Amino acid sequence: MIPLHGLLLRAVLIQALRGFFIDRGYLEVETPIRIPAPAPEAHIEPLASEDWFLQTSPELCMKRLLAAGIPKIFQLSKCFRKGERGHRHLPEFTMLEWYAAGNDYRDLMADCEALLRHLAVALGRAGVLEWQGHKIDLGQKWERLTVAEAFRRYAPCTVEEALARDQFDQLLVEYIEPHLGIATPTFLCDYPAALGALARLSPNDPTVAERFELYVAGLELANGFSELVDSVEQRTRFLQEQKAIRLQGRVPGPLPEVFLDALEGMPPAAGIALGVDRLVMLFTGADSIDRVVAFTPDGL
Amino acid sequence: MYSASDFRKGLKVQIDGEPYIMTDFSFSKPGKGQALYRARLRNMITGNAFEKTFRSNDKLEKAALEERTMQYLYKQGDDYMFMDNVSFEQLEISKAQLGDAVSFLTDNMDVEVLQYNGRPIGVTLPNFVNLKVTQADPWAKGDTSGSDTKPVTVETGYVLQVPPFIEEGDKLQIDTRTGTYVTRVKE
Repeated sequence: MIPLHGLLLRAVLIQALRGFFIDRGYLEVETPIRIPAPAPEAHIEPLASEDWFLQTSPELCMKRLLAAGIPKIFQLSKCFRKGERGHRHLPEFTMLEWYAAGNDYRDLMADCEALLRHLAVALGRAGVLEWQGHKIDLGQKWERLTVAEAFRRYAPCTVEEALARDQFDQLLVEYIEPHLGIATPTFLCDYPAALGALARLSPNDPTVAERFELYVAGLELANGFSELVDSVEQRTRFLQEQKAIRLQGRVPGPLPEVFLDALEGMPPAAGIALGVDRLVMLFTGADSIDRVVAFTPDGL
Repeated sequence: MYSASDFRKGLKVQIDGEPYIMTDFSFSKPGKGQALYRARLRNMITGNAFEKTFRSNDKLEKAALEERTMQYLYKQGDDYMFMDNVSFEQLEISKAQLGDAVSFLTDNMDVEVLQYNGRPIGVTLPNFVNLKVTQADPWAKGDTSGSDTKPVTVETGYVLQVPPFIEEGDKLQIDTRTGTYVTRVKE
């Protein structure tokens, strides 16, 4: 069944998104969807397309544009991730990514606040978002909560214990996520260093990465970080991810060598990926991602 | 064996030698983290249920069930009578054992009856059934609430969401695996 209401609002929202970035001097770019070497990531599996892959994110190509000297860019693109299907996941989905040279993850948090407030105004909602029985105030300062503090507050053990027992993700989903983004949206920030493969470590505390996830009403909306621009360190992290992939019995793809070369010339920057389908879910009240896209794989 | 990526509502599996049905299933995956498959499993004999979170590499055994094609005849209290189309043998299955299937059963429908050690424990319906709408509110033209759907009741008493143009007397194709509307059927 085609969700007409969802599609109508989706179109309006995407226009408003473009306006937001264009007004702030960001250049809209398009990079290839089919690529030879996606970033190796332990828990993201790309779909093969002949001997290349469909992108899991436009991140590497966009960083190459930053390295080439374009300071502020954004892109709306389709991304593909094998086996991801649930009421908040589609194996083919729409991602918004933006990058700015000279910024760090704190600037991205400010961007997120401004963007959602801009969209709420564009859609005629006065500062309060209602989703699944929650009323989320976009107008007040949004909550910033470190991962370590979130575990202390909501989980049965510390973040260090969770990592040691390989229970980080499960405890996050079961104990922490339901509390995030309830009164205002929440930035869950400062992830353990091992969980930010492409992020810069905090200069104040090298056990954490300058990475955050934005949650609204328990729904994970965006993942942003201060970019790692050290190509030697990046290669080491990629090799660690490849090792984790092999441990799961999968075969990693080739290392993105052209990207690693380009990273040598990349300025300090921050970048973020935001799930557009989930953003439409929040603004339409839809409880399933199926209700904000024209067709799902099952309906084709 | 089923791997976690095969998990879905309605899957029948074997745990410690007993058959279980997956009555609820949800996929979650925190940002860049592991895929988690949360399932609710009901013992098909005792009715006891439990919830468990599985990971990508977890596997479950396929339930050792026998199936035979039988025709649904009629309902007697809380029991539903079925007949084997070849041997004409009849047996009854309780409402509790049928679960969600009672929403889609109509007289003379052929179903696959599941047996475990010779005892009937449930049925598998055709993936799609056609059911007549017995109650539907009229379509309020100019409705600006933005709603794409409205609830209707079908002949079995089951209530589901359908597009607003559906009227009383229409026949609907329904997906029995999800309980959702597929299309309107022309007679």
